[in-house]
Amino acid sequence: MNTMDISLRPPSNLGRWCGYLVLALFAAVSLGPIWIAVKTALSDSRTLFSSASSFLPQDPTLFNLQRVLGLVNPADPRLAQMSYGKIDFYRALVNSVIFTLLAVIPQIACSALAAYAFARLRFTGSRLVFSLFLSATMIPSVVLFIPNFILIKDLGWLNTFQGMAAPYALMTPFAVFFLRQMFLSTPRELEECALVDGASYLSIFFRIVLPLHRSALATLTIITSLSAWNEFFWPFLVGRSEPVRVMSVAINAFRQQQAGGTPDWSGLMACTVLGIVPIAILLVLFGRKVVESFQYSGPK
Amino acid sequence: MSERKLSPARSTAQVISRVSPRRPIYRSLFYKESICAWIFITPALLGFTVFYLVPCVRAVYVSLTDWNLLRPAKFVGTANYSRLWSDPNFWNSMRVTVFYVLYNIPIQTVIGLLLAALLHRLGRSVALRSVILAPYLIANVIAAILWFWMLDPLLGFCNALLHAFGFGTIAFFSDQRLALPTIAAVNIWRHMGFVALLFYTGIQGIPQNIYEAARIEGAGPWRSFWNITLPLLRPTLVFVLVTSVIGSFQVFDSIAVTTLGGPVNSTRTIVWYIYESSFVNFRMGYASAMSCVLFVSLAVVTAAQMRMLRSNRSDLG
Repeated sequence: MNTMDISLRPPSNLGRWCGYLVLALFAAVSLGPIWIAVKTALSDSRTLFSSASSFLPQDPTLFNLQRVLGLVNPADPRLAQMSYGKIDFYRALVNSVIFTLLAVIPQIACSALAAYAFARLRFTGSRLVFSLFLSATMIPSVVLFIPNFILIKDLGWLNTFQGMAAPYALMTPFAVFFLRQMFLSTPRELEECALVDGASYLSIFFRIVLPLHRSALATLTIITSLSAWNEFFWPFLVGRSEPVRVMSVAINAFRQQQAGGTPDWSGLMACTVLGIVPIAILLVLFGRKVVESFQYSGPK
Repeated sequence: MSERKLSPARSTAQVISRVSPRRPIYRSLFYKESICAWIFITPALLGFTVFYLVPCVRAVYVSLTDWNLLRPAKFVGTANYSRLWSDPNFWNSMRVTVFYVLYNIPIQTVIGLLLAALLHRLGRSVALRSVILAPYLIANVIAAILWFWMLDPLLGFCNALLHAFGFGTIAFFSDQRLALPTIAAVNIWRHMGFVALLFYTGIQGIPQNIYEAARIEGAGPWRSFWNITLPLLRPTLVFVLVTSVIGSFQVFDSIAVTTLGGPVNSTRTIVWYIYESSFVNFRMGYASAMSCVLFVSLAVVTAAQMRMLRSNRSDLG
C-alpha cells in the first residue's frame, strides 16, 4: 500500500522546480529575440555598439518608428546625419492589410460554400472533386509558382493587388478541407428541419450553417489571416514594386539595399516590430482563441 | 454511408419545392440539391482549376521545354532532366536541403515533446501557451531578420554575450560550416512552440486512467512516457513529422533575407536554386524540371514516412 501512495504522488518538489525552470527558459528564449528587436527599435542608432549586450535601450526614442512610418519631417536634422536610404514602411503596412483582406475574405466565403456542398449535398462527382482538392495540398508551392507567375504576367497583373491575391482568393485546399470537417462534425437535424419548412439550400447555408459554425469560421479566419500577413514568397515574385509591396517583401528589400555596409539596424528593427504589432494585439485580445486555433489545427 | 440514404425530410422538401409554382426560376435552382451543389462549388472549382490543376499540368509541360520567357518555348523532350542529372549544383542543393531537414526535424521534435510533457504536467495556462506559440505566429522573414540581428558579428546581442563570457566573435551566417545549422536553428526557434502545442493537444487526448494503471503497476514517469505517451501520440507524431519534413524541404524565406544561398553555396537549398534558375536566370524549363523532381522526391519521402510510422504498435481503442 505504502509504495503505491508514493508513486501516486505528484512529482517531487525538486523535479517540479526544474520543470518550471525549463518552461521559464523556453518562454525567455521565445520572447527574448522579440524584446531585443523592440529594444533596438527604441535605440538611437549611434548607441547600438555601446549597448549591444544590454536589455534596455540607451536613451529610448520613438524616432526610428516615426522615421520608417514617414512621420518625420524630411528637413529634420537628425535624418541628414544618417546615410541610410529612405524607408516608406507605412505604405508596406497598408499594402499588407489590403493583401490580407483580399486574400482572406473571398477565400473563406468561396471555401465555405464549397465545403458545405462537399459536407452536405449529394451530387455526382462530389468525391472525385473533393479528393482532387485534397491532393492539391501535397503539391510543393514552388511547383505552382512558376506557371502561376507566367499566368499572372500574361494577364498583365504583375505588381497589382489582384495578381498577388488571386491564387488565394477563390479557395485554398486547406480552407475547404478544414471547413468540411467542421460542417461534418455537427448533426444535420437542424438543416433538415429547415428543408421541411421550405428553406432553400442557399438560405440554409446563410441562416443556419454559417451562424452555427461561427467559432470554426473565426478559427479559420485567424489561421488564414496570419498566414496571409506573413506570406513572402508569392508576393515577392509578383509584387516587388514599391506601391504594392507588402510588409515582408519591404523588409527584405530594405535588408538587401544595405547588403554592403552596416545595415540600418534600428530602422530594420523598427519595421520588424511594426510587422509584429498586429500579431501581438491579436494575442493580447484573443489569446485563448488564437492558441486553440493553432492547437487544434493538427490531426483530426 | 448514412449520407446515401434518402431521408424522409429530404423527400418532403422536394415535394414542397415541386408544389410551389410561383417561385422565379433562378430561385428554384437553390432547391435542387445537385444543381445547388455545383453552383456552390463553382467559385472554388474555378480557383482550383486556374491556380492548381492547370499550373500543375503546365509545370510538367514547361519542364520539357527550353524557355526564357522572351522567346517562345522550344520543346526539348527530357533534355532538362538529363542535364539536371549531371548538374553538380543540383546535387549540392539536394544535399544541403537534406542536411537542413536532418538538423531540423530531430531537434524540433524532441524539444516539442519535452515542452509538451512539461506543459501537460506543470503549466496549462493560456498565457504560457501563447508565449510559446508567439515565434510561430511571426513571419519567417521577420524571424530570420531578428536572428540575423541577434547574431550579427559586430553589434549583435549574442556576440556581445559571447564577448562578455570571454569567447571570440562567431560569424554565424557568414561561416560556411555554420550558416546552414544557424538557419535550421532559427527555424527550430520558430516552430518548437507550435510543435509542442500539437503534442500537448495529443497528450491531453490520452485517457488519464491508463497512466494511473501504469503507476499502480509501478511504472515511473519515464517508463510511462516511453510506453504510453509516445505510442498513443503516434497520430500526432505522424502529422508533425510529415508536415514539418514537407515544410523544411521547401525552405526559402529565411535564406532570401539572410544568406542568399551563400557562403559558397552552403545554404543554396533546392527551392532557392529553383528560384535562382527561374526568376534570376530565367531558365523556366530547367527550373520546372527541378520543381517536378522535388515534387516526386517529396511524395516518395512522405510515403516512406507514412509506411514507417504505421508501425505495428496498436493504437487506443
